[in-house]
This record gives sequence, C-alpha cells and structure tokens, in this order.
Amino acid sequence: MKKDLIGITDLSKEELAELIAIAEKIIEDPVAYSEKCKGKKLATCFFEPSTRTRLSFEAAMLELGGSVLGFSEANSSSAAKGESVADTARTISCYADIIAMRHPKEGAPMVAAQAAPIPIINAGDGGHNHPTQTLTDLLTIYREKGRLSDLKIGFCGDLKFGRTVHSLIQAMSRYEGISFVLISPEELCVPEYIKKDVLDGKNIPYVETSSWDELPELDILYMTRVQRERFFNEADYMRLKDAFILTADRLQDAKPDLCIMHPLPRVNEIERAVDEDPRACYFKQALYGKYIRMALILKLLGVE
Amino acid sequence: MTIDSIRNGIVIDHITAGKSMEIYHILELSKLDCSVAIIKNASSKKAGKKDIIKIDSQLDINMDILGYIDPTITVNIVKDGKIVEKKHMELPDHIDGVIKCKNPRCISSIEQEIVHSFKLVDRENGIYRCVYCETKAEPETL
Ligand SMILES: [Zn+2]
Repeated sequence: MKKDLIGITDLSKEELAELIAIAEKIIEDPVAYSEKCKGKKLATCFFEPSTRTRLSFEAAMLELGGSVLGFSEANSSSAAKGESVADTARTISCYADIIAMRHPKEGAPMVAAQAAPIPIINAGDGGHNHPTQTLTDLLTIYREKGRLSDLKIGFCGDLKFGRTVHSLIQAMSRYEGISFVLISPEELCVPEYIKKDVLDGKNIPYVETSSWDELPELDILYMTRVQRERFFNEADYMRLKDAFILTADRLQDAKPDLCIMHPLPRVNEIERAVDEDPRACYFKQALYGKYIRMALILKLLGVE
Repeated sequence: MTIDSIRNGIVIDHITAGKSMEIYHILELSKLDCSVAIIKNASSKKAGKKDIIKIDSQLDINMDILGYIDPTITVNIVKDGKIVEKKHMELPDHIDGVIKCKNPRCISSIEQEIVHSFKLVDRENGIYRCVYCETKAEPETL
C-alpha cells in the first residue's frame, strides 16, 4: 500500500525515529544518496505560493538525483479553470512519482491522497497541517540536543494561530519528560483545545506567561512571527507585534546550550544581533528541513 | 391512543422524547409509501417519556445515523407479528454523507462532489471530527 504524509500524527514514534535516522545518515554521507532517486520525479503542486517550502522540497529531490516539475500558484494550474483537487492529483500522478502539495483549503491534500495512486506529501493546507515543518523542527531538536525527551521547551509569540506551534506541541507531547513554557500576550495564547486535549489530557506540565522570567530554565526557545493578517485592526497589531522580541541582551541569562528556533521568515521578533550567537539555530533549521524532506521522499518512495 | 401492531416491519423504540421528527427526516421516511406511525411522548419505564416510530415495511435503515443522533434507541425487527431481532445502537466509527462540515475553509465545504465524512475520535464523549480538516461535528450540523 502506498503511504502518504498528511498530518504529523500519521507517523508513529518509531517511524519518526526511522526518518531521523535516515536524515542523519544523509548528513553524514550526502554523496551516497546523490543518485538514490535517479529517474524519479517529484511534482510540487502549490495552489498558493510558498517559495521557501517549495524550494526546500525541490532541493531535496535534486540532491537525491531526481527531477522536479510543478506549479507554484493556482493561476497557473488547472484549478483556475475549476478542476477538482482529486482530478488534478490523478492527472499529475501520470507524470510524477510523488507529489508535494500545498493548498489554501484544509484537507485538500487528503482528498488528493484518496484519489492519487502515488504518495502525497502535505506541504501545508491552510491553517491546518504542515507536517514537514514539524519534521524539520524535530530533526533540529534531535541534532542540537541529542534527544527528544527531557526537555523544557518555550514557545514565544503568536501561539493562538501558529499551527507550527500546535503541531510541535502535539508531536513533543509523545516523549518523556517534556514540559512547556508558553510565552505570549494574552490575546495570542494557545487555544483551549490544545491545553485540554493535548496538555491536560496527557498530564504534561506547562506554564502560561507573558514575561521572560522562565527563559533561564529553557532548553529550547521556539520563536514565532506575529502576523499582520491575524488582526482585524492595525492598532492591535502595532501594539502586540513588538511585545515579544528576543534580544541579545535577554539571552545573557539563558542556558549556554539553549537552542533558539524559528520557522522563518522572521520579521523583527529576533534581533539581528542574535544571529551571531551560537545558540541561534534557525538558519540551520532550514538546512535540516531539506535533509528531513530527503529522508521522507526516500521513505515514501520505498527507496532503501 | 391505539395503533395497530405491525406484522412485518420495524419499530424504532426508546427515542428520546422530541427527537422522532428529526429521525423521520434523516431517514427520509416521507418518501415511503407504506404506513408510518410516529408516537410522541409515550410513557417509558426508563426515561419517563419516549418517542416511537413504527414502519410497516422491512426496509434497510441506516443504523449508524441512528446511533449518532440518539444512542438510546433500540430497533426491533418484526416478522409475522413477532420481534425477531432487537438491535441496540452503537456510535459508528464513521459517518459519511450525513453531517456537513461547517468549516468554510474545509475542502469538503468548497468542492461539491466530496462526501462529507466524520470519524469517531472519542467514543466516551461521542466526539466526531471531519476527516479532512478535523473540525468537531456540532449536534446542530445535522
Ligand atoms: Zn472539514
């Protein structure tokens, strides 16, 4: 049976460990993998633009020796002519071996997965899932900390709408000894269902705060952008967007082996001066994103 | 009030009082040409009051939907004037094509031909979520 990746919870802990192990092997010896997908094609079907994610997928396939085709916005696809997602997926299956799909509507990649005979990777469906971002985050944590358990993880910024945050909380909740510090303005705190179903449901310790007091305790600090489009009025956005900025000064009290992450793109929530700090991992994170996508493509295509 | 017992058909019993019309509509009983009796507020030993629907025909009804709407229901299959089978409801694992997803950003709300589909995620609390966007099914979406 073909396998797809629609949501991060499609993967068991064992499968996650396997993907991380493959990624680590690739990092150790990239040349050994440079022809693994020779003759295979990845279609990047992006019904809404996301250059960063698309390039990461394309780079991953190219480094495996495969080739890529696709489209990067709905205007240039048949969706503009009213074709259903299922029909598009079925058609593209005739030209490619695997599809990475981004779509503004929630659940569209699942519809594609049901229709297409080839593996579908969800590259983001609206505000719903973005599993390869979560895989990227998990590989980053594993590479930087050497483990996925016994960590105190801080999230800062927009914790209400940030799906990367929700999905990483969900993924990390499966490991032992995890606790969370949720740093945000009250207006942008973690939604109730995450607290109730995930955190309380699994008895995971967490603190909600709007101060930086817990920073010295953290092993990981995950920063997020406060997006303008989340706000109905400009005044609220202007008031909140600068409230949670990470500065080099604040980092003086943080652990020497803190790992600072950010899904990128950044606006101003991390001061440029922090980039030079060895604890800043967000650019490395983008690199890990490519490696874990390589591992995922290999796994879904069944290439050893 | 007396209603003739049916000889061959179905009795949907122990319906929560007041829910019989909802079930009548969902099962599309108005489309049948056999006799259908709806009894409202019958006295019940268990619940005080209950509704009952009697259908004078051996049709196949969607038990899954009944289980979702009202798990207290029992369905009696009557043959030759005798109850030959008594079925208790259970929450179905999947409900397809009955409840609509209310999330306007969900692909099933956009594309007409996609069958709305819900999955039981919490049996204890009877919680269903859309298989596409994971939005919770609300009782009024019926
Ligand atoms: Zn939905």
